[in-house]
Amino acid sequence: MDSLAIDKRTTMNKTFDLAKASVRELNQFLHHELAGSGVKHIDVLNPNGSHSIAVGVNHPVDIDIRGQGGYYVGGMNKFANITVHGNVGWGVAENMMSGTVRVKGFASESAGATGHGGTLIIEGDASLRCGISMKGIDIVVGGRVGNYSAFMAQAGRLVICGDAGDALGDSLYEAVIYVRGKIKSLGADARQEDMTPADHAALGELLKRAGFPYDPTEFKRVASARSLYHWNADADQEY
Amino acid sequence: MCGIVGLLVKNPAMRGRLGELMVPMLEEMASRGPESAGLAVFTDRLPEGDRKYSLYAPAWDYDWAPFEADFIKRFGVQAQMAVKGNHAVLTCDEPADAVKAWARQIYPALHVLSAGRRIDIYKDIGHPADIAKRYDFPKLTGTHVVGHTRMATESAVTPDRAHPFTAGEDFCLVHNGTISNPFMVRRKLEHRGIRFETDNDTEAATRFLEWRTREGDTLEQALQKGFEELDGFYTFLIGTDNQLALVRDAFACKPAIVAETDDYVAISSEFRGLAHLPGVNNAKLFEPMPEELYVWTV
Repeated sequence: MDSLAIDKRTTMNKTFDLAKASVRELNQFLHHELAGSGVKHIDVLNPNGSHSIAVGVNHPVDIDIRGQGGYYVGGMNKFANITVHGNVGWGVAENMMSGTVRVKGFASESAGATGHGGTLIIEGDASLRCGISMKGIDIVVGGRVGNYSAFMAQAGRLVICGDAGDALGDSLYEAVIYVRGKIKSLGADARQEDMTPADHAALGELLKRAGFPYDPTEFKRVASARSLYHWNADADQEY
Repeated sequence: MCGIVGLLVKNPAMRGRLGELMVPMLEEMASRGPESAGLAVFTDRLPEGDRKYSLYAPAWDYDWAPFEADFIKRFGVQAQMAVKGNHAVLTCDEPADAVKAWARQIYPALHVLSAGRRIDIYKDIGHPADIAKRYDFPKLTGTHVVGHTRMATESAVTPDRAHPFTAGEDFCLVHNGTISNPFMVRRKLEHRGIRFETDNDTEAATRFLEWRTREGDTLEQALQKGFEELDGFYTFLIGTDNQLALVRDAFACKPAIVAETDDYVAISSEFRGLAHLPGVNNAKLFEPMPEELYVWTV
């Protein structure tokens, strides 16, 4: 290896140790200095559950967070490929626009909330309200999801490789949910539907992207019955 | 928002470090509740028949001597007083009902924060880090501790409305959330002669659960009844003589995370409250599920 290659590698990598630097310093670098810096990869050490790590990134970069994340890890992400080597708190990848956020451990509540695009992969379990109000994001959960997941989900796909909790897909719009395990209960206006060849193809691609070895034929499809789309003044004649 | 923290040490060698391990948990949760804080620590058990009472006075330089003299005169027994500014722990062999009734009548400005054979309570208004320093929290020792940092939503910011709340003996509770039917619960309990000291929602939950245990329920049965009777949002952490219990309501919108190792069980609203604990990255980490019971015994 020649010296130029070593130099190039050094400038392409950067490390933020949050035991010494603040989350604000990290995020200011990501927002104002990353573009044009040549940095392609960032290690974040000692996250220790801090909130808002790597939020609002607007540039392609690989970020490895080595430990436990707090709330809103990778929130509003555009373009970046973020991996958390641990668990995360509430609202991971909330309002993500594009790029990828991968959580090696479990995710607390409201994972991927209101996400517009990109892919959120949670290798462990996701807690309550996973994918609440999602607007186009794809979320793949290796384990189970908690109650009220995909509540008012508008667009995108939520893939659940384990079981789903109560009120799955309550008041769903056009998002589609694929569940491999048991569903404790469906929410209002959510219904189980037959898988089509298009579903199998789409799900196969999502599982491949996430790196989970499951067969799309093992999954059920849940989508909106669309009966809440229009006000029904005659409903039960109780109004 | 509020912060809750708890620590139960399984390894007896760590009992001397209970306060030292606990204080960073409380300080890290200060951003969730910067205006009041408190904790209950469970120390070595007093002999059968003995009781200790944590007392709170309205001023830091309160003169406790007249109280002690009057207590001895009234009860004709020796009493030990350990004073820390506006807090004092009175140890004697008089039962709780008699001491509480007497203190309420003769010293209405004093609050009896707790009674029991193991429990000491310290709580006050101010920043949690200042409160930890004020009462030497790092030096506390014992088997388990329950702590709280408060951001008030229900009732005023005063020392007696800070958490933990207590009821009966060796029973305390800290709460993140809001109970929406505290007055209904309170009316039910007041009819049974149970006396309330504040207008705080958490006090209603504490007195309800403690009343159930006095009626013969196990702590687990009492908590199950709590799911039916207590409406609202809550993550509760309860400390008793020999147990810690953690529950979340059905909607579970108030957080908690648990770290368990061979040496300890630690509970915090957020992981950052646990990050400093020895071996936490190899601990069994999990989030308590809604309406599930998590109970650990010393």
